[in-house]
Amino acid sequence: MSVQQIDAQWLPQEGETLVFDVNPVLNERHTHYCPGCHHGIAHRLVSEVLHELGVADRTILVAAVGCATFTYDYFNVDGLEAPHGRACAVATGVRRARPESVVFTYQGDGDMAAIGMAESLHAANRGEKITTIFINNTVYGMTGGQMAPTTLLGQKTTTTRQGRDINNEGGPIRMAEIMAQLDGVAYSARCSLDSVKNVRAAKSAVRKAFDVQLQGLGFGFIELLSGCPTNWHLDPIAANKRIAEAMIPVFPLGVYKDVTAGQEAGEAGRE
Amino acid sequence: MSQGQNSSERILIKGNEAVAFGAVDAGCRCYFGYPITPQNEIPEVLSSLLPENGGQFVQAESEVAAVNMLLGAAACGIPALTSSSSCGISLMQEGISYMAGSHIPGVMVNMQRGGPGLGDIGPSQGDYFQAVKGGGHGDHRNLTLAPATAQECYDFMFRAFALAFKYANPVMVLGDAIVGQIKEPVRRVAPADAVSPEALAAMSKDWRLEGFGKRGAGASPRLLKSVYLAEGALAERNRMLMAKHEAMKAECAWECVDVEDAELVVVAFGSIGRIARSAIRQLRAEGHKIGLFRPITLFPFPEEALRAIAPGRRFLVMEQNTGQMVEDVRLALFAQPGITGSSVLWHGIMPGLFIGADALRDPMLQALKEK
Ligand SMILES: Cc1ncc(C[n+]2csc(CCOP(=O)(O)OP(=O)(O)O)c2C)c(N)n1
Ligand code: SF4
Repeated sequence: MSVQQIDAQWLPQEGETLVFDVNPVLNERHTHYCPGCHHGIAHRLVSEVLHELGVADRTILVAAVGCATFTYDYFNVDGLEAPHGRACAVATGVRRARPESVVFTYQGDGDMAAIGMAESLHAANRGEKITTIFINNTVYGMTGGQMAPTTLLGQKTTTTRQGRDINNEGGPIRMAEIMAQLDGVAYSARCSLDSVKNVRAAKSAVRKAFDVQLQGLGFGFIELLSGCPTNWHLDPIAANKRIAEAMIPVFPLGVYKDVTAGQEAGEAGRE
Repeated sequence: MSQGQNSSERILIKGNEAVAFGAVDAGCRCYFGYPITPQNEIPEVLSSLLPENGGQFVQAESEVAAVNMLLGAAACGIPALTSSSSCGISLMQEGISYMAGSHIPGVMVNMQRGGPGLGDIGPSQGDYFQAVKGGGHGDHRNLTLAPATAQECYDFMFRAFALAFKYANPVMVLGDAIVGQIKEPVRRVAPADAVSPEALAAMSKDWRLEGFGKRGAGASPRLLKSVYLAEGALAERNRMLMAKHEAMKAECAWECVDVEDAELVVVAFGSIGRIARSAIRQLRAEGHKIGLFRPITLFPFPEEALRAIAPGRRFLVMEQNTGQMVEDVRLALFAQPGITGSSVLWHGIMPGLFIGADALRDPMLQALKEK
């Protein structure tokens, strides 16, 4: 695998305007994700942000366990595999060893909010200068659709056959809100990948989650509500509908913390 | 206290402090750990020593997190360290297996305490199996070094980093509550065979993660991983690991004391090796033909060296557990014509007990008699 050079034939010819650039941070490997899965969109957003920031050549990706284990096969950046749940601890080691690098983790809800809850919260609380992309699809995708910490109440999974019951399994964990409580977190937001409008908003939030790292302000966290058509047993359109109708009411979209917001307001106020 | 100390100067420090000084002098720049007795002086000293030397110290939220931080830092080609004791090392097995599978050179120190379970905080050699047989899931081995003195705690840190980088493999320094807590004079001078931090950096240039931009124009991204799903890919990977374990045999190290004319050779490692030596000295002075074989690398086990001294001798394995290294000694020796079960005796000291040389005299005398 080598970083792609943009062939001259793809650049705008006379009379043409470039509206969509080739993104050299993402390669052309065939996807292993299911049709309609949002991991691909999330990859696209993150890679575009790295491209626009011009930092891919100093970026180190820490991949997690789950459907996105092979994240590193799509990104043209240095990469490393973490054990299930430990991506934020591994990223801590990477960042401490190479303070000049840009480090991000890409983790599912099982990975981050179940087995890796301690590692995730403590890295955030220490204010590690890393960015975490958190994919909330309310199930364990790779292992075949078992309950995740984010599974909705009443949602049927292979391990909650009658639907998730608050008295037995507890309620869905809201990571963006939890992260916002921690002193080391510079930015925490929840976005959704179900519609063009929401995808656009997600892109600028992903960018912010990297900006705070680059500015050395602390931990950047972005939760992306994503579809898992396969384990929801829905077609991709119906999966998008489920995000809008069932997930967003439980996981409200929004920015839960942004330490730069005050700065900007302050500066604006002085003008 | 500074590096480049006069080689005749000695400082009075604990084994644990010697580990910390040795690590930093050997080039360690990152430490990740979680407190546990009897090794707390290691993180305590490093929490100031590392930042003073341009390094990073992180008190992790658990041993699970600490070993995974180690994995991340070591993947960047930076000499990195963690330390713990017994039950903490159990929690680290996940990361150790992943490091072995991904060719990442982590160094960890285990100052063993009594187990199983929470056990006690006294000395033990009960983690021998866990250290030398891999410990984590899958087919892997850790290079394992067993210091017996505070000086060796210092010196072996240089060796641990050199071996970790040479083989891109986890290296464990297996001490115990005695060697960690004993306070004795140490020369803070790099051992003759020390590999410089610059040489360590050169050893990592073909695999370390740094962002491909650092490797010049046209560089490809790098990936460190342990997952191999394609048919036959993992088999190939494990064959390569096996070859690596075989190559490690070149690193076998041991110490022989008074074996030339010995009828009985005591085999003991670490603190017990050292206590056994005191008992052997006394028995020698009383005219008994007894010697000591002290393995320094526990994996690879110095089996050739042991076999070389086997003809015409009997062996007494002494260890602070319920019988672990004795299995490797028997494996090594029973391949030798004429050596049988009665030629390899065993005496165990139970974990948590602080014994002196006197306690080892009787079992040695008994073994000498049992011809
Ligand atoms: C220690 C450990 N326990 C369990 C597993 C099995 N496992 C693999 S992926 C996974 C769930 C991942 O779910 P999530 O993080 O939500 O990601 P998704 O697959 O939905 O993208 C589990 C439990 C593992 N690999 N390691
Ligand atoms: S199982 Fe779900 S999360 Fe995994 S690739 Fe398929 S749709 Fe995506």
